[in-house]
Amino acid sequence: MAQKILMPALSPTMTEGKLAKWCKKEGDAVAAGEVIAEIETDKATMEFEAADEGVLGKILVPEGTEGVAVNSLIGVLLEEGDDASAIDALVNGGAPAPAAAAPVAAAPAAAAPVAAVAAAAPVAGRVFASPLAKRLAKAADLDLSLIAGSGPRGRIVKADVEKAKVQGGAAKAAAPAAVAPAAAPVAAAPAPAAKPAALKPMPWQSYTEFPNSGMRKTIARRLSESKQTVPHFYLTVDIELDALLALRKQLNERDGATYKLSVNDFVIKACALALKKVPAANAMWTDEAILQFDDVDISIAVATDAGLITPVIRRADQKGLSTLSNEMKDLAKKARDGKLKPEEFQGGGFTISNLGMFGIREFAAIINPPQSCILAVGAGEQRAVVRDGAVAVRTMMSCTLSVDHRSVDGAVGAQFLAALKPLIEDPLQLML
Amino acid sequence: MAENSFDVVVVGAGPGGYVAAIRSAQLGMKTAVVEREHLGGICLNWGCIPTKALLRSADVFRTMKHASAYGLKVSGAEADLAAIVKRSRGVASQLSAGVKHLLKKNKVTVIDGEGKLAGKGMLAVTKDGVTQTVSAKNIILATGARARTFPGLEPDGKVVVTYKGALTPETMPKKLLVVGSGAIGIEFASFYHALGAQVTVVEVMDRIVPAEDEEISGFLEKSLKKDGLTILTKTSVKGIKVAGGIATCAIDQNGTVSDQQFDRVILAVGIQPNTENLGLEGTAIKTDRGFIQIDDYCATGEPGVYAIGDITPGPWLAHKASHEAILCVEKIAGQHVHPLDRSRIPGCTYCHPQIASVGLTEKKAKDAGYQVKVGRFPFMGNGKAIALGEPEGLVKTIYDAKTGELLGAHMIGAEVTEMIQGFSIAMTLETTEAEIMHTVFPHPTLSEMMHESTLDAFGRAIHF
Repeated sequence: MAQKILMPALSPTMTEGKLAKWCKKEGDAVAAGEVIAEIETDKATMEFEAADEGVLGKILVPEGTEGVAVNSLIGVLLEEGDDASAIDALVNGGAPAPAAAAPVAAAPAAAAPVAAVAAAAPVAGRVFASPLAKRLAKAADLDLSLIAGSGPRGRIVKADVEKAKVQGGAAKAAAPAAVAPAAAPVAAAPAPAAKPAALKPMPWQSYTEFPNSGMRKTIARRLSESKQTVPHFYLTVDIELDALLALRKQLNERDGATYKLSVNDFVIKACALALKKVPAANAMWTDEAILQFDDVDISIAVATDAGLITPVIRRADQKGLSTLSNEMKDLAKKARDGKLKPEEFQGGGFTISNLGMFGIREFAAIINPPQSCILAVGAGEQRAVVRDGAVAVRTMMSCTLSVDHRSVDGAVGAQFLAALKPLIEDPLQLML
Repeated sequence: MAENSFDVVVVGAGPGGYVAAIRSAQLGMKTAVVEREHLGGICLNWGCIPTKALLRSADVFRTMKHASAYGLKVSGAEADLAAIVKRSRGVASQLSAGVKHLLKKNKVTVIDGEGKLAGKGMLAVTKDGVTQTVSAKNIILATGARARTFPGLEPDGKVVVTYKGALTPETMPKKLLVVGSGAIGIEFASFYHALGAQVTVVEVMDRIVPAEDEEISGFLEKSLKKDGLTILTKTSVKGIKVAGGIATCAIDQNGTVSDQQFDRVILAVGIQPNTENLGLEGTAIKTDRGFIQIDDYCATGEPGVYAIGDITPGPWLAHKASHEAILCVEKIAGQHVHPLDRSRIPGCTYCHPQIASVGLTEKKAKDAGYQVKVGRFPFMGNGKAIALGEPEGLVKTIYDAKTGELLGAHMIGAEVTEMIQGFSIAMTLETTEAEIMHTVFPHPTLSEMMHESTLDAFGRAIHF
């Protein structure tokens, strides 16, 4: 029986995406698990695999189309014995077929404890919609909170509801798919509510326009939310690196080394162990409770051409340096290629952002919600320090911890840094 | 920036042009407006405003004549045509001076002369044979329109006139023929009738004010006929011959042509855009029957050149021009703007009784496939209307039976032109019948009829 191919929700925050590319043409045979399309989500470009075998009977949304609503009909998969008439039957509202190509990559439960709460109401507060739009949405059984408004200040008007109706079930009240997989702790993304008036350059300023990708919009939205709603405070500590550098050199020069350890690899490992000692820093805030994570999953900020993304090293406290280092390299490459899967960048408990390679001495990072802490790591550099009452030259590195004061108090943040500092200054502890 | 170089230059200072110039200056752009005649354009000098002044005189005169109905004694009420016209001109010049002040206050440069496109980003402005060149990053054409004339129906400025002549009569006509029953024709018919002329209106369509709802047309025709006007529909004027101050008009009624004589003829058979001598030739600007084709944001086919108001497709109304002016300029300034929804532009005709409407007529709604619920409420059922001595009128509302969307509202009667904005706001906000029903309308007002008409559409009217 012919089946609908629906726009997959490849991440929990995804409400729409770009159909970047069809990997199959109409009439091509498709095997189960074969990639049929590439979808640009709000985080990355994802491969979309067919769940069943068959023939790609019809492409309904051409490649390159942006803003395709999740669960809207993008194509039809024909199975053995189907003829073209089956396409019409489906497109023109035949039986409500199950999603033929299930969103294979749909986020599996990533960080278990979070799953319980991140389901927090998808949209808080009032949805602005005209009375007519409200009535039309109700009649069509559409959830207004999932419809983007085009009216003044983002108000939902008749035309938006009409559009949502045409685009299919994206906003179906009954189909919770779009927001339900609450597994990942990525902040549930409400439809952009009241948009402030856009700022524009003055008429005499010339410029080149770079349209915002889904990823860029997500970065903008989440970091704005974080900086505006999370009460940040900052703790800075200077850490001596000489011993770590010596150990690193020694390890990297060992015969047959299948790794090349970076300073950052040591920092990740040290943070993981420090979090094990001070688990209160490995937590997230919710209105009802502070959730302390059982596992030490560390997100690492990676700069890519498309923007910032934070792949996660799971259970970093239980991994050896070489494993950790190789895993980090692999994740960074995937990040730069836009090939990270949702479970690879969602669900960390703590983030490290390192700008040392750029010679940045110290900086304060924006917390990566819903986590409570992010460590901003500066460059290792020779500084004059006082040791035993005399000035000495040491390689020093400044680290600033940004902390969500709702869930982590100053003393806890300080305890974490106090735990971190000796792990780096006496790196043999990392080997224990 | 050089003295004759601007961010925005607007050609024409009517209700489109001067509003565009002021908004542009407000947004920080260096702005000039080019005007060949009057600031304020036709609307203010030869259209909306001076006709309202004349019609006000007519209203007062009509009321004086009916003074006894209000328990008042007035004897010797007389219309002084020269004084009425003088007042009308005074109102126009007062407001024109106001526009001049507004432009100055907003630091808009006013350039006297006729503007013409002269190559990319350039405008040639000619005044008394002297031409200067002005450069502008953005040029907004807002040169408006003028009365349309047909061969055989040409004004001579004395006996056969268009709106300009009709606005400044030196003598009262005894027998007046008004050709065309749109807003302009009907308003002049109403004015001259009130002052004592014997008025005949001819309309080529099967009903007068043909743009309005059929029921409103019928209501007005009945009312005008009762007042003593002669209304000839499905009738056209084949030719006019003027001799000795008398126009002999060949009137074709259903194929029967008869000569009739009038001492004044007002031609009100539509408008034509002022798109000649604008330098459109050789540009990518497209026109259709003279009207400049524009996109949702008033951009023409030529980069950097925009067009608003009566030189673009209709409706040809001052408020439509002003609205386009704002959205065009804000778009130029890079703001996020919403295109004009042409289905929500209200129209007002200031005849007696007045007409005001917005949205779809009943017929158009049905033709568009809507299943409609129609509400009606007569002035006769409204306390305020009775107290005013204005029992003649109707408020008609048209709702989509399925969704409760307000599709159209059509009103005829006293002061309806001041009430129609209520329905316009309702449509802009996309209210359904429920919000209007839930709104408390003050008593006693004419506006209660808007409420009652809505109630009636859903079988719930109280006072009728």
